[in-house]
Amino acid sequence: MRRFIIARVFQSIITLLILSLAVFLSVHLSGDAASFLLGPEATAADYEQIKENMGLNRPLVIQYGDFLLNIVQGDFGRSHLMRRSARDVLLERLPATLQLAGAAFVLSIIVGIPLGVLSAVRRDTFLDNLGKLFATMGIATPNFWIAIMLVLLFGAILGWLPTYGRGGIDHFILPAFVLGWSSMAGMVRLGRSSMLEVLDSEYVKFARIKGLSERVVIYKHALKNAIIPLLTFSGLTLAGLLNGSVAVEVVFAWPGIGRLMLEGISRRDFPIVQATVLAAGFFYVVTALLVDILYAYVNPRIRFN
Amino acid sequence: MASDLTFHNSNVARAGGLLKAINQLRLPWIPVVIMLTLLICAAFAPLLAPKDPEGISMMDRRIPPFVSINSPLGTDIMGRDVLSRLIYGARTTVFISLVALGTGALVGSILGLVAGYQGSWLDILIMRLADAALGFPTVLVAMIIVTILGAGIENIVLAVVITVWARFARMIRGDVLAIKELDFVIAAKIAGVRAPWIIARHIFPNTINTLMVITSLQVGQVILLEASLAFLGLGLPPGAPAWGIMVAEGRTVIVQVWWLSLLPGLAITIVVLAFNFFGDWVRDTLDPKLRRA
Repeated sequence: MRRFIIARVFQSIITLLILSLAVFLSVHLSGDAASFLLGPEATAADYEQIKENMGLNRPLVIQYGDFLLNIVQGDFGRSHLMRRSARDVLLERLPATLQLAGAAFVLSIIVGIPLGVLSAVRRDTFLDNLGKLFATMGIATPNFWIAIMLVLLFGAILGWLPTYGRGGIDHFILPAFVLGWSSMAGMVRLGRSSMLEVLDSEYVKFARIKGLSERVVIYKHALKNAIIPLLTFSGLTLAGLLNGSVAVEVVFAWPGIGRLMLEGISRRDFPIVQATVLAAGFFYVVTALLVDILYAYVNPRIRFN
Repeated sequence: MASDLTFHNSNVARAGGLLKAINQLRLPWIPVVIMLTLLICAAFAPLLAPKDPEGISMMDRRIPPFVSINSPLGTDIMGRDVLSRLIYGARTTVFISLVALGTGALVGSILGLVAGYQGSWLDILIMRLADAALGFPTVLVAMIIVTILGAGIENIVLAVVITVWARFARMIRGDVLAIKELDFVIAAKIAGVRAPWIIARHIFPNTINTLMVITSLQVGQVILLEASLAFLGLGLPPGAPAWGIMVAEGRTVIVQVWWLSLLPGLAITIVVLAFNFFGDWVRDTLDPKLRRA
């Protein structure tokens, strides 16, 4: 187990290094920072001077080393547009995204898993068909579009729910549902097939032959084993949640880092882009690591492989 | 005489057999019709579209759908014809998905074949890269690419390729691991056939089923990805006829001009559904083993 964890941590660090290199190069290649800072009346000498001051004349490797050192200390530079440190902006916006992603994650588990399991237990009933429809649509509808349609329906036409910004619990309902729908759909599908497979297994048949009640067979014996693949899947949905959160934050005017990232790119505010992309990458890599370790803990076949 | 008769009979049986075979395929007709419609719209957009998709006309702004014969699906806030934009949007969707998926499949298959056949450090390297590509949030990748290379349709394609190749590489590699232990491959090796030829002539043909299954299952996901990048304004020029951009254009005026976002989003959903159902059918037909996955 310890060897597994060490190897996995090492892997995560490599992934983060690759990401930091990509971000560093993206900023380096996408424009000349020195000319960006200068006004139109600047001379060639000013340009050389500012390049020298910013350390842009040094070898690339050394610049990258500096960049890494700064990141580790939480220094992403100053935002050109907001005239503040990018770290402060990031820390201000991060909680909103984490709350939204957390809400969507919890929602997809408490709705997705029971619906999938019930779909399998009551196979070919109305409930099963409903579950399948819900899953099929969740995988095929673009989340940005369903977000806009729900804003139209629940905000403009019915006026039941707030559709703009952050606030009480009611502000979470629409964005969390939209963000979580595709992972909910995945949970329903996987939960259903995994449960069906387990229900077909020898030990479930044996439990039935033994005369145990159907409830004990399903919820005590079958469910525990059916849930293992869902655990891995829940780790994979995190990438999906991060993906989706950009569009969802845009539509619901949610003040999180997804929208911040997009603003940073469209206005070429590189410190903001660096800070948000690295934060999102870090968040993703660390959660994937935790899920893998948890999974290896639950399922010994992985850790000895 | 008797042999004549059997010959005749078998001919009839063959013709009947063809019809029967088509019938037995159980083609999902509705998805197939939707996919064909999409392809026809994409191929013949200039002939089918009643108007110029980017032709602004301030006289005909905000006409609702099903009101004017001139613009059956209405016009947008700049008076552009929605139907024409939808038809041209099909072209954008098909173009990007085709190129991106084709490139992704090519790159992924080659890497998968090499990784599976060669093994050793090359295999480890390629599979680690594939894991990284599979897990990483696509929108993040697209954002990094657009920041480095700027906007452009080729950068959307690149973003999709970077995320999609890994699925191909992984599945094909799995196939190769099993195929390379089979007798005909071992025989070819003993006969002194060189590795590239073995891969191309003996192994690759046996992975085509898997290739078709993954491709057909990926189309829907690629279309969704392309649409959300377009929606976020990453890659395509503003105002271009793409479904994702059309949804974005309608967002701010959704209450008054509801059809602007509704129609292209519906188009995306229907097309993705069609490809998903078709993909399920391809999988069930070609490779029932995969059904559980």
